Amino acid sequence: MKRLALVVALALAATVPLWVSGTYYVNIASQILFYAIFALGINVLAGYAGLVTLGHAGLFGIAAYAGARIMNAGAGHLAVAAGALAVTLVAAAVFAALALRGTGLGFVMITVALGQIVWGVAYRWISITGGDNGISVRGRPSPLGLSLAAPTAFYWATLVVFLVAVVSMAIFAASPFGASVCGTRDQPRRMNALGYHVWMIRFLAFVFSGFWSGVAGLLFLYYNQFVSPQAVALTASAEALLMVISGGTGTLLGPIAGAALVVIMKNVASAYIERWNFVLGAIFVVIVVFMPEGLVPGTARLGRWALAAVHPRAAPRLGAPGPEDA
Amino acid sequence: MSLWLVLAVNSVTLGGLLFLLSAGFSLIFGLMKIPNLTHGSFFMLGAYLATTLIAHGFDFWTAAVVGGLGVAAFGGIVERFILRRLPGAELAQVLVTLGLSFMIADVCLMVWTGDPIRIDTPPALRGATAFAGLAFPTYRLAISGIAVIFAAVLWALLDRTRLGAMIRAGVDDPAMARVVGIRVSRLFTIVFCLGAWLAGFAGVIGGPILSVYPGLDQEMLPLALVVVILGGSGSLLGSFVGSFVVGFLYNFGQAMFPELAYVVLFLPMLIVLVVRPQGLFGRQAI
Repeated sequence: MKRLALVVALALAATVPLWVSGTYYVNIASQILFYAIFALGINVLAGYAGLVTLGHAGLFGIAAYAGARIMNAGAGHLAVAAGALAVTLVAAAVFAALALRGTGLGFVMITVALGQIVWGVAYRWISITGGDNGISVRGRPSPLGLSLAAPTAFYWATLVVFLVAVVSMAIFAASPFGASVCGTRDQPRRMNALGYHVWMIRFLAFVFSGFWSGVAGLLFLYYNQFVSPQAVALTASAEALLMVISGGTGTLLGPIAGAALVVIMKNVASAYIERWNFVLGAIFVVIVVFMPEGLVPGTARLGRWALAAVHPRAAPRLGAPGPEDA
Repeated sequence: MSLWLVLAVNSVTLGGLLFLLSAGFSLIFGLMKIPNLTHGSFFMLGAYLATTLIAHGFDFWTAAVVGGLGVAAFGGIVERFILRRLPGAELAQVLVTLGLSFMIADVCLMVWTGDPIRIDTPPALRGATAFAGLAFPTYRLAISGIAVIFAAVLWALLDRTRLGAMIRAGVDDPAMARVVGIRVSRLFTIVFCLGAWLAGFAGVIGGPILSVYPGLDQEMLPLALVVVILGGSGSLLGSFVGSFVVGFLYNFGQAMFPELAYVVLFLPMLIVLVVRPQGLFGRQAI
């Protein structure tokens, strides 16, 4: 059953450009994919390691800015990708070393501060980052001679990277390292007593998470062919975190569903109302107050609860495991 | 007056404003362990409320106090009806306060539009004051004076009154404070409202210098964060010293390295984190 669902999902994802009409929707699908990569990256920290970060848009943006600078210096696309990711990895290591001086709230505050530094540099250091005008780049890469200029081609390329990210996450979650990361979240003292180096495990999780944030940032740069301080603002970090928590933290599918939800909502909402920030804020408040376990399980629970209120007798059957759940 | 002296005066003024902003932030963080990311919004909201009050004919100081009270009432509602439901859930508190700050920012944009609004300096404090043969802008001196007065009052409140003793007990050991009969949850509301009032009031008296514009909240919040990380959470002295350090760093950083003002601001914070994670005057690591 699970395998069948996986095959169907893969087939659907691979054929999106064939059955949706118009480049607008293909582009939205591409956005969902690279934001899902970003959300998966954040999920390593926020979900598995239990370290909530509000500075990852900084890493996302560092990759995009580094890529843009290297590209505008005339380097090839391989050098752009390698250079941008190398810069992001170094930045992630520095971020991790600083942020891991605190745990819990301290960690959150330090990541906010680090994210704001990146924003401040992007906004103010005009000679490097172009300030508020941002940096424009020309051209998407053509790996193996296939041009990615068309929205459809770009979608498929993003899908490939996305699948690599998902597989890497699945391997990570199933690996002993993944288990030890969860251990540092649940029982850091016991892990320490068992001889695990808690700090180093968290550090590596941070760098791993930063790597995929950087990949997402690079895809973002290629998608928009433009990067500006907006990409590294606190709002961007908050949006990404919303993707993770709305889908459910510490799961593989949660951040992907959350990314799809937020990207679609953002596009739909901004088509009808100007107040995306208000909607974003309201969703945060509603989710946290009413559905602390995440939007997808939370909606299901509220739905069951509402059903139970209407049909008291039908309720228990809905909660019981059905044959298809096995 | 030389450029350096102007910068120094501006730094002291900003430090004073930051103290009013961060004293509440630090107390809330120290006592309730709530990272109140709406604190920048309280600052902005107070200033916006005051512009409306002033437009309706109230004088500056009334507007400052009443604007602050409006923010305090709002803070009380947030604490009672939202944060109260999330005890100990740090992630939830971060997300709720962040979500609220986005909502407040958008509502302010809707109500007061995107144009910067200037708050006029109160007439009695316009012009310059001669001191030691130099002329200082009176209003900036007044802000520094207000900050010092508030620091003294807050210190007296925390150190010399029964309420202050209860707050200190709550900061040090909330469980034990409850056991000896202190109603910690009521203290939470009092401290939260007090912090919100201070932030709103600071926003109003900062208005003549900074003016009010969308994004002011996101500009002030990191400054308050740095002050608290630098000074140590829950410590009034830490907020006081941290505020003036940040005031000087920010102004001198902007004058000397305009492109790296933010880096200059955050670098000392990072050094403190590495060397002394609990902050200069904090007793517990954040």
